[in-house]
Amino acid sequence: MNRIHELFKRKNKNILSVFFTAGFPKLDDTKTIAIALEKAGADIIEIGIPFSDPVADGPVIQQSNKTALDNGMNVKLLLKQVTEIRKTVKLPIILMGYLNPVMQYGVEKFCAEAKQAGVDGLILPDLPIREYETECKSFFHINDLLNIFLISPTTSAQRIIEIDKASSGFIYAVSASSTTGSKTDLSGEQENYLQKLKGMKLKNPFLVGFGISNCAAFSKVCRYGAGAIVGSAFINLLKNTSSMEEDINRFVKEMMEG
Amino acid sequence: MKYTIDKNGYYGKFGGSFIPEMLYPNVEELRLNYQAIMQSPEFKNEFQYLLRHYVGRPTPLFFAARLSEKYRAKIFLKREDLCHTGAHKINNTIGQILLARRLGKGKIIAETGAGQHGVATATVCALMGMDCIVYMGKLDMERQRPNVERMRILGARVIAATSGNMTLKDATNEAMRHWINHPTDTHYIIGSVVGPHPYPDMVAQFQSVISEEIKNQLQNDIGNPYPDYVVACVGGGSNAAGAYYHFLNDEHVQLIGVEAAGKGVNTNESAATTALGKVGILHGSKSLLMQTEDGQVIEPYSISAGLDYPGIGPLHAHLFDVGRVQFINATDDEAMNAGIELSRLEGIIPAIESAHAVAALSQLTLSEEDVVVLNLSGRGDKDLETYIKWGRY
Repeated sequence: MNRIHELFKRKNKNILSVFFTAGFPKLDDTKTIAIALEKAGADIIEIGIPFSDPVADGPVIQQSNKTALDNGMNVKLLLKQVTEIRKTVKLPIILMGYLNPVMQYGVEKFCAEAKQAGVDGLILPDLPIREYETECKSFFHINDLLNIFLISPTTSAQRIIEIDKASSGFIYAVSASSTTGSKTDLSGEQENYLQKLKGMKLKNPFLVGFGISNCAAFSKVCRYGAGAIVGSAFINLLKNTSSMEEDINRFVKEMMEG
Repeated sequence: MKYTIDKNGYYGKFGGSFIPEMLYPNVEELRLNYQAIMQSPEFKNEFQYLLRHYVGRPTPLFFAARLSEKYRAKIFLKREDLCHTGAHKINNTIGQILLARRLGKGKIIAETGAGQHGVATATVCALMGMDCIVYMGKLDMERQRPNVERMRILGARVIAATSGNMTLKDATNEAMRHWINHPTDTHYIIGSVVGPHPYPDMVAQFQSVISEEIKNQLQNDIGNPYPDYVVACVGGGSNAAGAYYHFLNDEHVQLIGVEAAGKGVNTNESAATTALGKVGILHGSKSLLMQTEDGQVIEPYSISAGLDYPGIGPLHAHLFDVGRVQFINATDDEAMNAGIELSRLEGIIPAIESAHAVAALSQLTLSEEDVVVLNLSGRGDKDLETYIKWGRY
């Protein structure tokens, strides 16, 4: 069974998924970070495939993408690193990135090798539903890779239902109309949106991402969704850390327990 | 028509709408409404009125006698450089701002490379009393200073894009990010035939007035609406799309696209996408794209700020793919020399973008009977500093 399905069977609230960019801050940190996240108690590891033009990302993740590319990160190396990580790490691993690097690698080849490396799911925000279904879905299916779609506060109810139908594993609910790492206060409008989403009784659980930077925000969104995704705040920590494992441990504990 | 988009927004295998969900509602709203709005008589009237009385259309089709003598052909210049604000860009910004108003948007954002599209956007925003933010690469702001100040005089806020190479691609990234953060009250006026569907089709339609006029003017001037060649420079490709549009199905009209070779196609300092690119996805559409083996976008180079974009519009990728347009290129030096040549022969200082099209004349095998229409997309005022720095005149 896919590790993401397994996780949601076992646990349906307060799930913490942590995002970081592969090859950042140093090329070989990917493995260290993944292992430390599992040890600290995170539930899902989401590894970013760096891209030169990350249009949905704010300055923090843009910068980490640039550093990673300057360090020499690429898809082939990332898959090799995931293979290494899988030797010890049991958590679900999701790769997240823009479509072009995956397309150049070849979607079929990428899916097969991702499966082999131990990847459980993919998030490709600029892959439209139609193109996914017509050109990619079969490769995802034969390799048991889940495709995670995004929804945002401006996504219509009708489209949410359509996305729910096309999704498997979970839905990535973007907390606000923003790029990643924006300051969000998670009040009023956003809570209404999450409440509405909760009330829709979708077949897939949803995790809330974008702007979740501390324990208060984490516990707030966990009242509506199955958990949350933390990215920019974690990248900021990695940027400034001098003792990575310790800091990761503290970060995850503080996020989940306050 | 063989060269129009299909129901999914593709020209052949190029195009589509590869955007994150946060942009979907904005783009979808546009997709659902643009055709109906553009075809309404009331919109058409207002658009045509402004093109005529504000932009100064129709622009002349000028028979360039001395240029013709030199290249031994009948060369006509389509004078888009005489449009208000100095380039064809305003045809599109007028169209899009009228559309934005009908969609109830109060704020406008845009990206700009050479600054021509930024100026054209700032201009129509002033005309309509709408808020305007223009993203421009920091490097482009330095090399196109007069245009930055023009935008500011017109009341626009110019924000420097400081990521990447700090040119057009990065300005486009920043504009898209801004749009993600302001999804309901803002319309993004993309300046070229790039971006997610319906932008390439919409911008091409707004620019198609160029070829519509060429056809009428040739009919009047020489009694035949069809030239043998239409020549235009291609960055993203909006002036070329406009100049080709009504000739696309007239297969006997040879269409020539001129890309910026920069310092040379094989020097790693180039912007010749059809020569150097392969199929990829950037800024919401599948097209030809200059990229590394790993799918990272390559920073292009050209002396012309309006041509150093790493891709071309999906329509052009398709026209290249099926062989309908022949793409050639001109280096910095060839373009600059051609700019000086046009200045001396015809008394017209062209934008350096358009000078690339002039440079193509020497690469074509022309006969004396051939009628060539060269789309002179912009004037050289904004490029004086580059001409002065280049210095060989």
